[in-house]
Amino acid sequence: MFESLSLLALQQYWWVIVSILASLLVFLFFVQGGQTLIYTLGKTEMERKMLVNSLGRKWEFTFTTLVTFGGAFFASFPLFYSTSFGGAYWVWMLILFAFVIQAVAYEYRTKPNNFLGQRTFEWFLIINGALGTILVGAAVSTFFTGSAFSVNKLNLTNIFGEGSTTISAWEGPAHGLEAALNIQNLSLGLAIFFLARILALLYFMNDIDDENIFARSKKQLLINTVPFLVFFLLFVGLLLTKDGFAVIPEQGVDPLLWKVKMEPFKYLHNLLQMPLVLIIFLIGVVFVLWAIIGTLIGKCKHGIWAGGLGTVLTVFSVFLVAGFNNTAYYPSTYDLNSSLTIMNSSSSKFTLTAMSYVSLLVPFVLAYIFHAWKSINNKKIDAREMEEETHTY
Amino acid sequence: MENFDMTLIDWSRGQFALTAMYHWIFVPLTLGLTFIIAIMETIYVRTGDEKWKKMTKFWATLFGINFAIGVATGIILEFEFGTNWSNYSWFVGDIFGAPLAIEGIMAFFMESTFIAIMFFGWNKVSKKFHLTSTWLVAIGANISALWILVANAWMQDPVGMVFNPDTARNEMVSFWSVLFSPTAINKFLHTVTSGYVLSAVFVIGVASWFLLKKKDVVFAKQSILVASVFGLISALFLVWTGDGSARQIAKVQPMKFAAMEALWEGRTNAPLVAIGFLEKPAPPKTEGQYQEKEFAFKIEIPNMLSFLAFLDPNAYIPGVKDLVNGYTDPNTGQKVLSYSEKIALGKEAILTLKQYKEAVTAGNAEEAAALKAKFEDANWRDNTFRYFGYGYYSEDTKHGLLPSIPLSFYSFHLMVILSGHFLALFVVMLIFSLKNRLEKMKWLLYVGIWSIPLVYIASQAGWILAEMGRQPWVIQDLMPTLAAVSKIDAGSVQITFWLFAITFTTLLIAEIKIMLTQIKKGITGGH
Repeated sequence: MFESLSLLALQQYWWVIVSILASLLVFLFFVQGGQTLIYTLGKTEMERKMLVNSLGRKWEFTFTTLVTFGGAFFASFPLFYSTSFGGAYWVWMLILFAFVIQAVAYEYRTKPNNFLGQRTFEWFLIINGALGTILVGAAVSTFFTGSAFSVNKLNLTNIFGEGSTTISAWEGPAHGLEAALNIQNLSLGLAIFFLARILALLYFMNDIDDENIFARSKKQLLINTVPFLVFFLLFVGLLLTKDGFAVIPEQGVDPLLWKVKMEPFKYLHNLLQMPLVLIIFLIGVVFVLWAIIGTLIGKCKHGIWAGGLGTVLTVFSVFLVAGFNNTAYYPSTYDLNSSLTIMNSSSSKFTLTAMSYVSLLVPFVLAYIFHAWKSINNKKIDAREMEEETHTY
Repeated sequence: MENFDMTLIDWSRGQFALTAMYHWIFVPLTLGLTFIIAIMETIYVRTGDEKWKKMTKFWATLFGINFAIGVATGIILEFEFGTNWSNYSWFVGDIFGAPLAIEGIMAFFMESTFIAIMFFGWNKVSKKFHLTSTWLVAIGANISALWILVANAWMQDPVGMVFNPDTARNEMVSFWSVLFSPTAINKFLHTVTSGYVLSAVFVIGVASWFLLKKKDVVFAKQSILVASVFGLISALFLVWTGDGSARQIAKVQPMKFAAMEALWEGRTNAPLVAIGFLEKPAPPKTEGQYQEKEFAFKIEIPNMLSFLAFLDPNAYIPGVKDLVNGYTDPNTGQKVLSYSEKIALGKEAILTLKQYKEAVTAGNAEEAAALKAKFEDANWRDNTFRYFGYGYYSEDTKHGLLPSIPLSFYSFHLMVILSGHFLALFVVMLIFSLKNRLEKMKWLLYVGIWSIPLVYIASQAGWILAEMGRQPWVIQDLMPTLAAVSKIDAGSVQITFWLFAITFTTLLIAEIKIMLTQIKKGITGGH
């Protein structure tokens, strides 16, 4: 089945899969957003317990999606893995650190004799929520703004002291932290942070049966929507007006050797030249806004579904803009021709084909997740359940 | 070596070792305890006896505490291949990335979904659905182990790929060769069964404490019974797979095999050192030379090493010196190259790649085609390219191609000796369990408790042997650590090393304190 596809088609298929995983990850960041709100929404111990337990039954999905996203990116575009992770070292290390402390926080938070105390574990959740979302957002924004790195596979042969043998090198001392100084990167980081909080508020309103939490969530929804819109619109505005990194196809030349050059309004062009992507983007944005407005002015309690779907569609389309239509998805500002494209950074045809068969498992995975959750999640969390349940966080 | 930053390489290795060893504290218990829990829950579902349900829940609570920190330490490892070993990620990412992705899709989601049912589903789903979920957690954890161990085995015995000079990396040509390589199968079976043994010892140790305290006595006895049966079967399997692993190492990693026996001089009818101590080495004759350590004391089993490696007591086992200087097998007449010859061939392979790349860039099609033909020639690949990694060394630095002999020797022997102890422990525990005399055997119960730290030591020793014994190779013969490392400053790695060392140690203390508190509460103490 997949054997008959061309290498380019497989590369595109895998870019779509990576984009889907990324968009699911941003949706599932509602867990991170929620973690930053536990003190804002939870004024009593029981309220905080409900909030933490509501998130605690979902956090592993976000975590697992992040791990799978990493694994899938490694398997399909290994040059990204080696260039970005090895180069933007500090950004990724801080993201990882934020997830390390999250992984124990739920289970250990209320366990007796937990060494660090309940508050510390709650702060682990807050740090994870803020750092995780902002840094991932800023890192993804570099897909459009670029980073200063070089890629030279010939370095591997430097055995007589000609220089480093490392193929991918970051050409700056900050190793990724410099991304935080770019207004566009920062705006996407903060937009993701506030979006995660919005999604968390919608999620809590749907998942927790408590009047106070509901009322506070509704109030917070407006407070978080304003900065979200400011940062999101700033990011989109900058994106659509900036010069982009265009790949120049050359007939008869190996795509590994295709050149990259700057093109004015490249990302705006991408949206206009891929109308389906534009439609997905617009539908996504409308769904997110509909979820927020519907919840603010109506009595809707299920905004998380529209908000979640909207988030997935929007992020998905943004990733397609980054990688499709002859665009360098991980551009180098240091050396344009070191930029990564889906053509020059992917795995071999054999590996992409083998992995494509594995990707057929994804619908089964989604089906059992849905079935399993439906069977234990059909009732909202309330104070009574927290008192009766034997396993709580 | 002047273009290699050895401080960076050492700290990067240190960071990976730190995170891998911490991760491996928690994983084995996850692998085995889930099966023990699933067996107990199966008995509960079959008999309807509530005490088995309580027992299941007690061990599941300990499992959950352990699982969380296992997850925390695991995420780092996946990303460290990119952050600290970026050349590696490109050079073999085409093969190595696939198992990691499959692990995520096939195993992690299974674990995280059904763990939720295991913990929160008691009052919400049917007994059978709950039981199925518990079994799926166990299976998911073990599938996860399968894929990461396939990836690890491939590093030690790279198969199923060819080198593509255009992309300057190895590319997969046979998925099944990677998955079903004998090294992968042995490594998977040996590693997971070691996890089962560790879990069985853990359960026996905790239950022994209950018996000594005369607390939850029935529960403790039944736990010991289940664990000793599970442990005994696993330990027998562990010995069998260990034997298979050793034979595989003798075949594909002869230096590791020589190192784990501290065999300096090769010989036929080689004896196995049952117990031995290495003496302090003499100072090296010249700077950078390897340090030879002879035995101060040893007890040997005649012919056993030859038999263990090749099922033939007369088989020739090359020693460290033979592998460095080259040798001819007296039985087969097969000639094996010296490290100097391999270094020369490795350099030739690297320079051929360089010339090819330069010819392509210069547009010299004829020269490029001639050079590319070498990479397509199976003979050249098998006799020259296979030593690619040696090319990063020289005559002056070839001592760097040796692993630490004492570390390999002691970790191997510690692991084997302790495994014998666990096998005996399971047998004795089972006998007294069946005779219902456990409570009177106080010494045995103390042995049970003290076996917990011992089994963790044995488990770590196994990994130290597997990973230190193969140094300096990240990919056997193809890429040494010094060519795999990312280009970052050593200071950054030092900072993250200490960041993770402090974080993991703090979390480990928290985990142990929580675990001990939960154990003290006992089966009737709730959650």
